[in-house]
Amino acid sequence: MQRIGVFVCHCGSNIAATVDVEKVVEYAKLEPGVVHAEDYQYMCSEAGQMKIAEAVKDKNLTGIVVCSCSPRMHETTFRNAAKRAGINPYMVEIANIREHCSWIHKDIEEGTEKAVILARAAIAKVNLNAPLEPGESRVTKRALVIGGGIAGIQTALDIADAGYEVDIVEKTPSIGGRMSQLDKTFPTLDCSACILTPKMVEAAAHEKVNIYTYSEVDKVSGFVGDFTVDIKKKARSVDMDKCTGCGVCSEKCPMKKTPSEFNRGLENRSAIYTPFAQAIPNVPVIDRENCIMFKTGKCGVCSKVCQAGAIDYEQQDEIITENYGAIVVATGFDTIKLDDFDEYAYNQSKDVITSLELERVMNAAGPTKGHLERLSDGKAPKEIVFIQCVGSRDVTCRGKEYCSKICCMYTAKHAMLIRDKYPDVNVTVFYIDVRTPGKNFDEFYRRAVEEYQVNYIKGQVGKVMPQADGKLLVQGVDLLDNRQILKEADMVVLATAIEPEAGVRKIATMLTASIDTNDFLTEAHPKLRPVESPTAGVFLSGVCQGPKDIPETVAQAGAAAVKAIGLLAKDKLMTNPCTAKADELLCNGCSTCANVCPYGAITYEEKEINDHGIRENRRVAAVNTALCQGCGACTVTCPSGAMDLQGFSNRQILAEVDAICR
Amino acid sequence: MQELINKSKELLASGSINRVLGWKAGDLSYNPEPAFFTSEEELADFIYDDFCAANLSKFMIEAAKKEGKTLVFLKPCDTYSFNQLLKEHRVDREKAYIVGVGCSGKLSTTKIKEQGVKGITKITTNGDTLEIATLYGDKSLNRSDVLLERCHVCKGKEHRIYDELIGESKETSDRDKFKEVEMLEKMSPEEKFAFFQQELSKCIRCNACRNVCPACSCRKCVFDSDKFDSAQKLNANSFEEKMFHIIRAFHVAGRCTDCGECSRVCPEGIPLHLFNRKFIKDIDELYGEFRAGEDAETVGPLTSFTFDDAEPQEAVERG
Repeated sequence: MQRIGVFVCHCGSNIAATVDVEKVVEYAKLEPGVVHAEDYQYMCSEAGQMKIAEAVKDKNLTGIVVCSCSPRMHETTFRNAAKRAGINPYMVEIANIREHCSWIHKDIEEGTEKAVILARAAIAKVNLNAPLEPGESRVTKRALVIGGGIAGIQTALDIADAGYEVDIVEKTPSIGGRMSQLDKTFPTLDCSACILTPKMVEAAAHEKVNIYTYSEVDKVSGFVGDFTVDIKKKARSVDMDKCTGCGVCSEKCPMKKTPSEFNRGLENRSAIYTPFAQAIPNVPVIDRENCIMFKTGKCGVCSKVCQAGAIDYEQQDEIITENYGAIVVATGFDTIKLDDFDEYAYNQSKDVITSLELERVMNAAGPTKGHLERLSDGKAPKEIVFIQCVGSRDVTCRGKEYCSKICCMYTAKHAMLIRDKYPDVNVTVFYIDVRTPGKNFDEFYRRAVEEYQVNYIKGQVGKVMPQADGKLLVQGVDLLDNRQILKEADMVVLATAIEPEAGVRKIATMLTASIDTNDFLTEAHPKLRPVESPTAGVFLSGVCQGPKDIPETVAQAGAAAVKAIGLLAKDKLMTNPCTAKADELLCNGCSTCANVCPYGAITYEEKEINDHGIRENRRVAAVNTALCQGCGACTVTCPSGAMDLQGFSNRQILAEVDAICR
Repeated sequence: MQELINKSKELLASGSINRVLGWKAGDLSYNPEPAFFTSEEELADFIYDDFCAANLSKFMIEAAKKEGKTLVFLKPCDTYSFNQLLKEHRVDREKAYIVGVGCSGKLSTTKIKEQGVKGITKITTNGDTLEIATLYGDKSLNRSDVLLERCHVCKGKEHRIYDELIGESKETSDRDKFKEVEMLEKMSPEEKFAFFQQELSKCIRCNACRNVCPACSCRKCVFDSDKFDSAQKLNANSFEEKMFHIIRAFHVAGRCTDCGECSRVCPEGIPLHLFNRKFIKDIDELYGEFRAGEDAETVGPLTSFTFDDAEPQEAVERG
């Protein structure tokens, strides 16, 4: 029989205001195995921990139940306290009477009743606890960064500067990401390429950074400190060692009808292409779906014109398997599809464009060579309307509930740049709210309004109607003036909501990293662990975690790097001793558990089993405790109940359920 | 039948097999039972007729522990169970010599008796007609009227695994296998509960369904092990009546080949296959069509993961 001590925390008034802690103590004393129970204002404080140590000594405790906050908060604190007091840390159970109880109840009687039940369940579990010892696992001193935008580049550079090897996996033919598509950046209006290109070059030149472009993460196994990742290097059809980047192949390619991804489809590119002039690596790829050679077997122009003999139509996809200690996700974003927003006539008129498309139009390397012109007829616009919150802060199912955060600022930037370069153009901005928190942000917006006379109208646009003469009739509302507005425009720019890059779901699944309802990756704690995923060893950088601008992205990229470096700096990691274990007498050897194990921790061995005197050679499951992460998938899938999770055995869980239902 | 006996004798004599797993006559002529034969003399009792419905796959677990090879006769649908057991490493392919036997559907004695036939002394099959000699005179019945339920939803005449084939098979499927399940799905929760309550209250916990089930092949069943709180020997109350069958259905989900043995052997006539078939239908609809035992390699949808898998929410929304 265990000798259990129960310690009930007030957490100031966090718990004590909604739970009668003394009553919890009183009831806990009645439970089997409990020899000591007390309450205290802050159990996690030095004094609180001392109380636990004293009780262990005085009452000879073998098990401890702390009724307090979530185990994610203080389980480690109390396990360490137990260890210092001479008890195995895994003899400690936490009853979460704060997040699961006091914070969600208003009525003290209901709160107390639930707290008593939760304490009872934890006591029932401790009665069946057994001491466990953690093992050790190694740390591979190499990091993987998924995504080669500004977030991924910054994270990789910071990790590499700390002396660790980093691989960047980028799915497009070049690193650079969204930032490479931007013209100018707020709030300083410096040229995006001017500040990004040096970073790209630095990453490419860094001896510790290795870049896989036109590549994707194909498979992830393993766990914190020792992930094994398959990277699929898609066939580029160009030999990277031979290519000199002269560009003749793209120039001579007869197939020039594919919409350019880099220019958001506003211009066409050739089938063999380098996405943009500053691309790294400066080696083109053949888009096999659109290449005449691959479609018909006849052409081969690029091969003929290539002086270096770099074109290789036979090249195959290649799988590279590498081990990593840490993985940083930096997959970034895209703008949402506007198919459901017919009212803005985006699909009807070429002169209705998204803000990201406007970036390309304003850019000297863009489809109009940087001249502001209508894409339908090339005429200079005189009247431009910007519409904010297209799909952002939208509670209908077609849009996103969240604020995309960057649109207010880039719209002010666009408006200002247009007014500066083309003073005769009138610019009107329809907005719900203008949100400019950030260093020098509001000043920037005020400049647009005051210095550049951008016409800001609080209100939304209901409809954009293309007219026969090529103009766009914009119907909106001015909420401050309380009047309908009907305005003729030459161009309409939509501040389209951003969403996580489409592939993030697949990557999150491979990493077993959680995502929220909007597909943004979830952080381990929204305030205290904002750059870590709840999955150990996985870190978050940039917009994949939530909308943010460039300064914030770079700051978070650095933070993610620091967390990864902190992990890579360790030589060994303590492993969780709560691992699965097979009861060989019950094991059928059916392999079902091995099929469901996400960590490949289960193997099978033929061995002699002595079942109460009957000796038999049988196939039984064996768990590699260094690989097992204690997820429990095997325990629920085992038909004969032979698999059990130490520290969370079926018996313990059922004892908890019984205690709750009693 | 003679061909099967000859093959058995030949292989026994050559020493390439150590025993034969087949059927022998039971107490009643229409009630054959599974049996091992180790010699030519024993084979005198061998029988293979319209009533040899028993699926012999599960006996191959025991055969795998024995010395040498076992010749086993499997009907087309039995081979699904064998594959599933092979996938789960419960039988040994090396120790099995599989003779795929022909099958034109097996008959249900229960259904014959339901036609008012009593005191049966002999049953002869004559094409599509059954000639039945009884204590009260001769009767004849249409074969198709007394086919086992599982034969109406026959999986086809193809053996999924075998070393050699003897005899012709005929596909007897003439019903949609999910029709009954669809009717159940249309019921309100109350009606469904009442239906299963009614059916399962007949259960006498004889364990026949579990013992015959090729998917229920655990060395130690959770209902027999004192390691679990589910251990029980009888139905003390209506909750336990349901618990046994529902736990069993969950345990065989994704592994059940729908061989129909559970319903065939139930002395109370409980349509136990309905549970399993509901799971099969759900799996088909959520994860794409899957038939357990079609081969011995494919990992079933409930124990594998693909990016196309249904999200948990989809299952919840289906109810």
